[in-house]
Amino acid sequence: MSTALLASSTSSSFPVLPSLIIIPLIGALLVAVTSRQRPELLKLIAVITSVTTGAISIWLLSAFDSTPGSAEFQFGSQQQWLSDLGISWTFGIDGISLFLVVLTGVLFPLALLATNPEHSNRAWYGWLLVLEAGVMGVFVSLDLVMFFLCFEAVLVPMYFLIGRWGHDNRTYAATKFFLYTMAGSALMLVGILALAFLHAEATGGSITFDLVEIAEAQSLATTTARWVFLSFALGFAVKVPIFPLHTWLPDAHTEAPTAGSVILAGVLLKLGTYGFLRFGLYLFPEASHYFAPVFLTLGVIGILYGAVVATMQKDLKRLVAYSSVAHLGFIVLGTFALNTEGITGGLLQMINHGISTSALFLLVGMIYERTHTRQIQELGGLQRSAPLMAGIFTLVMLSSIGLPGLNGFVGEFLILLGVFNAHRWWAVVATIGVVLAALYLLWAYQRVFHGPTKEDKEAIRDLSLKEKLVLGPLVALIIFMGVYPRPVIERMEPAVDALIEHIETHVDEFHEPITQKGSSIGESNSSDHGAHE
Amino acid sequence: MSDLVWLIPMLPLVGSITLLLFGRRIGEPRSGWLATATVVTSFAATLGIYIDLLSRDEHHRRITSSLFTWVPAGDFSVDVGFLIDPLSLTMCLFITGVGALIHLYSIGYMHGDHNFSRFFAYLNLFTFSMLMLVLGDNLLLTFLGWEGVGACSYLLISFWFTEEKNASAGKKAFITNRIGDWGFMIAIFLTFFTFGSINYTEVLDTAASGQILESTATLIAVMLFIGAIGKSAQFPLYLWLPDAMAGPTPVSALIHAATMVTSGIYLLTRVNPILADAASWVPTMIAWVGVGTALFAATIAVAQNDIKKVLAYSTVSQLGYMFLAVGTGAYVAAIFHMVTHAFFKALLFLGSGSVIHGMNGDQDMRHYGGLRRFMPITSATFIVGWLAIAGVPPFSGFWSKDEILAFAWNESPVLWAFGLLTAVLTAFYMTRQVVLTFFGRYRFTDAQPEEIRAAWQARIEKATEVIADLANEIEKVQKEIEEARSQTETARTKLSEAQKAVNELIPNDDTESDPEALAAAVIEAEDQVLAADQKLHELENSLQLSEENRELAQKELEEIKDESETDSSVSNSILDDAPDTSKIQEYLPTEVKERIEHHPHESPWTMTLPLVILAGLATVAGLIQLPFSGTLKRLEHWLEPTLFGNEVHLHVETSTMWILAVVAIIGGLIGISIAIMTYQKKRIHYAIFEQPLLADAWTVDKKVSDFMGGPGIKGFKAVSSFDSRVIDGAVNGVARLIKWKSKSVQKIQNGFIRTYAALIGVGVVALLCWFLVRSNIL
Repeated sequence: MSTALLASSTSSSFPVLPSLIIIPLIGALLVAVTSRQRPELLKLIAVITSVTTGAISIWLLSAFDSTPGSAEFQFGSQQQWLSDLGISWTFGIDGISLFLVVLTGVLFPLALLATNPEHSNRAWYGWLLVLEAGVMGVFVSLDLVMFFLCFEAVLVPMYFLIGRWGHDNRTYAATKFFLYTMAGSALMLVGILALAFLHAEATGGSITFDLVEIAEAQSLATTTARWVFLSFALGFAVKVPIFPLHTWLPDAHTEAPTAGSVILAGVLLKLGTYGFLRFGLYLFPEASHYFAPVFLTLGVIGILYGAVVATMQKDLKRLVAYSSVAHLGFIVLGTFALNTEGITGGLLQMINHGISTSALFLLVGMIYERTHTRQIQELGGLQRSAPLMAGIFTLVMLSSIGLPGLNGFVGEFLILLGVFNAHRWWAVVATIGVVLAALYLLWAYQRVFHGPTKEDKEAIRDLSLKEKLVLGPLVALIIFMGVYPRPVIERMEPAVDALIEHIETHVDEFHEPITQKGSSIGESNSSDHGAHE
Repeated sequence: MSDLVWLIPMLPLVGSITLLLFGRRIGEPRSGWLATATVVTSFAATLGIYIDLLSRDEHHRRITSSLFTWVPAGDFSVDVGFLIDPLSLTMCLFITGVGALIHLYSIGYMHGDHNFSRFFAYLNLFTFSMLMLVLGDNLLLTFLGWEGVGACSYLLISFWFTEEKNASAGKKAFITNRIGDWGFMIAIFLTFFTFGSINYTEVLDTAASGQILESTATLIAVMLFIGAIGKSAQFPLYLWLPDAMAGPTPVSALIHAATMVTSGIYLLTRVNPILADAASWVPTMIAWVGVGTALFAATIAVAQNDIKKVLAYSTVSQLGYMFLAVGTGAYVAAIFHMVTHAFFKALLFLGSGSVIHGMNGDQDMRHYGGLRRFMPITSATFIVGWLAIAGVPPFSGFWSKDEILAFAWNESPVLWAFGLLTAVLTAFYMTRQVVLTFFGRYRFTDAQPEEIRAAWQARIEKATEVIADLANEIEKVQKEIEEARSQTETARTKLSEAQKAVNELIPNDDTESDPEALAAAVIEAEDQVLAADQKLHELENSLQLSEENRELAQKELEEIKDESETDSSVSNSILDDAPDTSKIQEYLPTEVKERIEHHPHESPWTMTLPLVILAGLATVAGLIQLPFSGTLKRLEHWLEPTLFGNEVHLHVETSTMWILAVVAIIGGLIGISIAIMTYQKKRIHYAIFEQPLLADAWTVDKKVSDFMGGPGIKGFKAVSSFDSRVIDGAVNGVARLIKWKSKSVQKIQNGFIRTYAALIGVGVVALLCWFLVRSNIL
């Protein structure tokens, strides 16, 4: 283990990253042992532990060293575990994982506060906290085995959240979600083992699952690495999900309870895209570069396809779910642009999609609570009785459409800019997705909020104080990240640059596509200049 | 002073945020005044910077001021920064100036609206976005304003959202604009790829020095042009603008006439060095799309009856002129016409708003007529606007249009001919509008054709009812006759019995019977017979009468039906003489009576003051650029530094210029005369001009909607069902296959996944315990 990578950052010896996993777990334990006579304590415990976790994650934001060139993993800690097998508890975050940790830390308390389960409170809060621990584990682990364990462990609480508290078709959706993603990542385990053994064989050292060590060594033969990459990529592709492996997502999102949809869209989908960055591009730079056109194409298809299918949805929640397919397509696109603009944009888009789509799911949940329907045609004219809700919905919708000045635009723009520099035609086609996004969201908005109020529906009440408090932070983030994304980008950039440098080092004939700048300027002759005159 | 440039957009933004947060508490009319005040202050700030810039040397009139870095990523970095130069400042002056007037006007127009403060919040937000668009010192900030004005336009068109039509119009505007924005975004990518920057100063200076490839410049120019035709409503992306009239009228004036729709022309003028570097077919294409749209929209405007629809198509047409100017290298003329158009078209829209306000929301010009008696200020100012747009000297529109036509001549006589024809049509349809609205017979209280039709229908129904009543009566009488007949029969039988009794008595000489009584019975029976006969007779008479009546009624009904079919006022337009409703007076619907009680009225001062100011500006705005001598071309000198010498120089002799001007004036007068002959003097029948195909806007919109609603949506549906059947079907198919295969090996319990999930859960907990122990945390 290259301890130098870890040593530098934190001054405190407090294992801050493990605490992000442990605190929710302690919460889950407390929830499990809380006396039956004090059910009101359950939510309190859950909120306190998740808020504490959130507070720590936000503290990370301020303590994070963002000076240019500080690409190392920070807040690192390492504990030997099964040293014979080369498995260790290795944690660390960099600019790539930092904001995903913060997003997780922020979204869980909001999801917990926003909703109450209809039954079985104890299990509900317990599973949610376990889920938070698992997600945090994915984002801070730097050991392949640890990563894989957390990656898989996340499925369990999610399965129960959908299957026990979901809507009518919950069992089908939960089963599908579980089996699909499970099947997807089954090969990844094989890939991880193969990678570790082949690495040990190639370097002659002892076996290790240390991410940084394996990635930096790049000891696998090209063809072998490509095969192992594919085993990883399949797992991530299902998780993202990338077209055509996406059909578990609309079912899971639609059937999940509101908090489940929020977490699923806000955080869980990012496990796949994060996986591509951290365990795809970093571990297999050459293979990523080799297969990039495939993923770019699938990304573009996802963008257009998700938008078209979303347009035709009759269920508002399903529509939002398909919009995720389109948005995630953008993220995949940015990731495989393999340049700073694209990857930074993709990362930003992960955060932005987490914020905006969570807000959308919360709003859809609020509409459902009031009208008991998600069918678009049964809704109408809601803006009359709930102007504030309509206003916030409009803002979130415009953010999702990618209106400049709101968060969605910055990510989307950087992605397209990055892709354009590297693979012009993909960007030209993908930009059509920007038009389609306006189509499906505006049409849905019109049918739900505009027009006359449906005769058989009574006026609904506008947002309550609690709902305002839940949506408030998300609205603030939507505006802040749109107007002043710089502090976020600055913290991401060293890590992104290091990743690209890593790719450049290990892939022959690969250079981060740069702008023409000097190249075409100067070549031109001025013969056509001023042809008018 | 120029450090304070950020104040210009920031003031309306602050106003907007304040109104969004506290609008309800601030209430009417204070939120309107607050919004107006922010724009007025912003105008004052612009004026201050204008004076500052004037005091500078011509070559130092380009100031950039950066607030903070907006998006930094890799090589790409963009600031929130402002570029102040003569071009952006000209835009700011009329955006804030006209904007302030329209804000003021809206206080009166939106009076009593439930969402009064929300309206002003959006209007302020729009002003902010528009200012960002023109002040941004890079393409991305312009794009921010570009999309921002689009979003505000969406919010304001669908402001009265409970009507499906308004909501659809807003959505259509946004989506059509987005199609253009696709081009804008690609242009930004290309620009960054080519120049390594998207800052105007760097990009334009590099392009002006002729350092970029023609092919690259061509691509960028074409992509920006696609963006421009979306925002500035040129063919084929103009479809949203006529629909956008669904918004409140001040919105149409500010956004869909004076400011937002000119963004495309601003953008192309801003990047003039790139257009200059592009292949020569690009400007030619711009000119042709412009002049084609101008003529196309003008033909449609001729046959519209909605007062705002005429102005909407007129705006599309006038924007076409500006594109013609840009395409022929007449950037100054484009900006010149943009400014004069902002004045007179805002004036015309606000005037139409005042008319609509005074006419209880009716927008059909056929129902107006003679309004100048009721609305003296509105009509006087509207007439000024009409003279300006019709190209009558010395009103402002004449000068700017004339300059564009001169440049068109310079490029090609065919372009000029198209432009001239458009000018004639413009004079025609605007005169038509003025005559129909303010002159002629006051038609508002007239019964409208459909009302007359309804009245005839009511009359026919009434007559049919009478016939039915008569038929009932006849039936009744016939029944009574039957009864009377049977009564006569009975009476006769009784009489014959009585007579028989008398006859039998005489031969028998039966003393037991009373002969007197028998005789009396006979007399009684005789009387009864007589009475019954008489009744029968009477009834038969009455039956005859009723039948005659029925015949008469039947005849009358036939007559009424004939009359209703021949009544010309049913099929005729209201534009002909006043319909003769004497025969159906009592059958007219109540709306007509209500209208008779309504008295058109002039609008409050908050609405008429902006009209008066704009009328003044529309009259004299020509002064900023007079063709007579070099020094009088003030706008040209002022804009010169921003045009990099790309303004084309006219190769037209002075004498030719005079001839062109005279021809243009004559053309305008011809248009005006024909319209007066048609609508005022009625020497020509209007149906010659108001062709159904033109009223239907050449059915383009209908065909596009049909395509979207038909094959378009079918395609989307096909993809959607492909997703659920094929892709998801494959997934479920695999699942079923596995289930079926594995059944033969072992029974899969329902709880399989639960158990499995639970096992993973247990495993995780176990690992965690291990972890806690190993890391000595607990």
